[in-house]
Amino acid sequence: MALLPRNWPLWLLLLVLITLPIGAGILWLVLTALYNQVHGLIPVGRLAPQHWRFLFEGSVGGRPSIWVALKNSLFFAGTVAVLEVLIASMAAYAISRMKFPLRTPYLGMILTLHAFPAVSLLIAIYYILRVLGLFDTLVGVILVKASLDLPLGIWLMKGFFDQLSWDMEMAALVDGASRWTVFWRVALPLVRPGILALGTFALLSAWGEFILPFTFIVSAKSWTLALYMQSFMKEAFVDYGLMAAVGLFYALPVFLLFLFGQRYLLNIYSGGVKG
Amino acid sequence: MRRYLTPLLFLSPASALILLFFFTPVVATLLLSFTDLSTTTFRHPSWVGLANYQDLLTDPFLKKILANTAKYVGLTLAFNVGMGLLLALLTSLVPENWGDPFRALWLLPRILPPVVYVFIWQGLLAEAPMGLVSDLLGVSKNWLVEAPWTAVILANGFVGASFGMLIFTSAIRAIPRELFYAAAVDGATTGQTIRRVVIPMLAWPILFVTAYQTLSLLTSFEYILLLTDGGPGFYGTEVWSLHAYHLALSNYFGNVEFGLGAAMAAVLVVIGVIVSLFYLKIFNFRALVTEPKIEV
Repeated sequence: MALLPRNWPLWLLLLVLITLPIGAGILWLVLTALYNQVHGLIPVGRLAPQHWRFLFEGSVGGRPSIWVALKNSLFFAGTVAVLEVLIASMAAYAISRMKFPLRTPYLGMILTLHAFPAVSLLIAIYYILRVLGLFDTLVGVILVKASLDLPLGIWLMKGFFDQLSWDMEMAALVDGASRWTVFWRVALPLVRPGILALGTFALLSAWGEFILPFTFIVSAKSWTLALYMQSFMKEAFVDYGLMAAVGLFYALPVFLLFLFGQRYLLNIYSGGVKG
Repeated sequence: MRRYLTPLLFLSPASALILLFFFTPVVATLLLSFTDLSTTTFRHPSWVGLANYQDLLTDPFLKKILANTAKYVGLTLAFNVGMGLLLALLTSLVPENWGDPFRALWLLPRILPPVVYVFIWQGLLAEAPMGLVSDLLGVSKNWLVEAPWTAVILANGFVGASFGMLIFTSAIRAIPRELFYAAAVDGATTGQTIRRVVIPMLAWPILFVTAYQTLSLLTSFEYILLLTDGGPGFYGTEVWSLHAYHLALSNYFGNVEFGLGAAMAAVLVVIGVIVSLFYLKIFNFRALVTEPKIEV
């Protein structure tokens, strides 16, 4: 950056000051999860392993075990990511490499949908899931989540396919490979960075997803971690220690990615991700 | 015709899902808004024409909800754009190895699960001894009840600021170095360089971020739902999109009014369709967000 003033430490100080609330929030979560009592950000009393009892007890206050919720969350996020990457790549490959009627309008539609606020469709989607018999099933929520993020995924993957040179695929086609083989064996391995980026984004986004499972899932056996944690928020007496521990447990993958993959995260989100 | 079979096959899974979960819901929202669908009439709704829209217009709380929505969108937007700009400038004014970790830190609110993120806010704003804000101010109160709007706007703003930050940062990076050298040779101060060189180059991205976030704020309600659920009291922070959701999908008053909720959602859907089509035309969408700049 060519804009580095001599008094940059001053600007850094200002940057630290406005970032303080984020640091304080994270610190508060960690301390509250670990200690018996916390006054503001100062722990008083001793370490509190009892906040973590949800890991060992079968159920806390009649909830399903957290391991059930963890399993559901892993299944939900994993399936959404795989579906999204696969389906978006297929569509993006066709748009990037093949000629078909209405190709430009199709592309315009994807772009428009990318800007369209899908959350306004929730009420109608509720109705559709009930008609399809997919209401209150993880499969239903997975399909909705993967679909709503699809325009972003298609556009992102199209960019990666566009940057590939055509020569390798051409050679494979000349050798008599089918379009599917070329896509699967030649093109897809070459856009691994794109797959990784979209995959990470989809995993993170589905891992944190709240409003879709909250709206479309009722049975506790299908709860994801988001619903498990939210069920504590509705209680009259808030057990901050326990909730902080659950929250820390739930957000651990995000914190790890933040600690070890900062650059990578910045690169992904500087791409075409929705605000 | 046969040669179009392959692209059709590649496009069919994506097209089927888009048809099912984008196009059908748009039409369904409009259709449902003309019915009296509710808990009692779920099996046999009847066509009521524009009655839901009439109910909307005569709703005594319409004014309150409109005012709330304007407040939420306006103030959050101002925070998002202002803070995004400030962060992009500040992280560009310090050496790169300092700037990047701060940018990453500001991504955290966005990538943390919303439930955990909101829980942190609730904790910080709670009564002493838990609440940090009560501790710092020396007044033990539940600040979420005391100052719900500040909480709603800050909680949403800390998530939204990173969007502008990233877009403005790449725009600042794209400014030709010669401009900075020229400014330095002319003896411009940092402030002058920012005002006269950087900001003018950011006019278009600022307009874009503003437009884009207006639409997404207008329809988003996830963080408000978790933070205050439209409270405290009667419709304290209830905005349009959240009210539609409450009417149609939550048992606030025992009987969910699906048709009325759909009418409110339909207004948002129509705005969404028109505005996003408009963006496609006006903004150089490709250059600004949609062209992936990922270098992994």
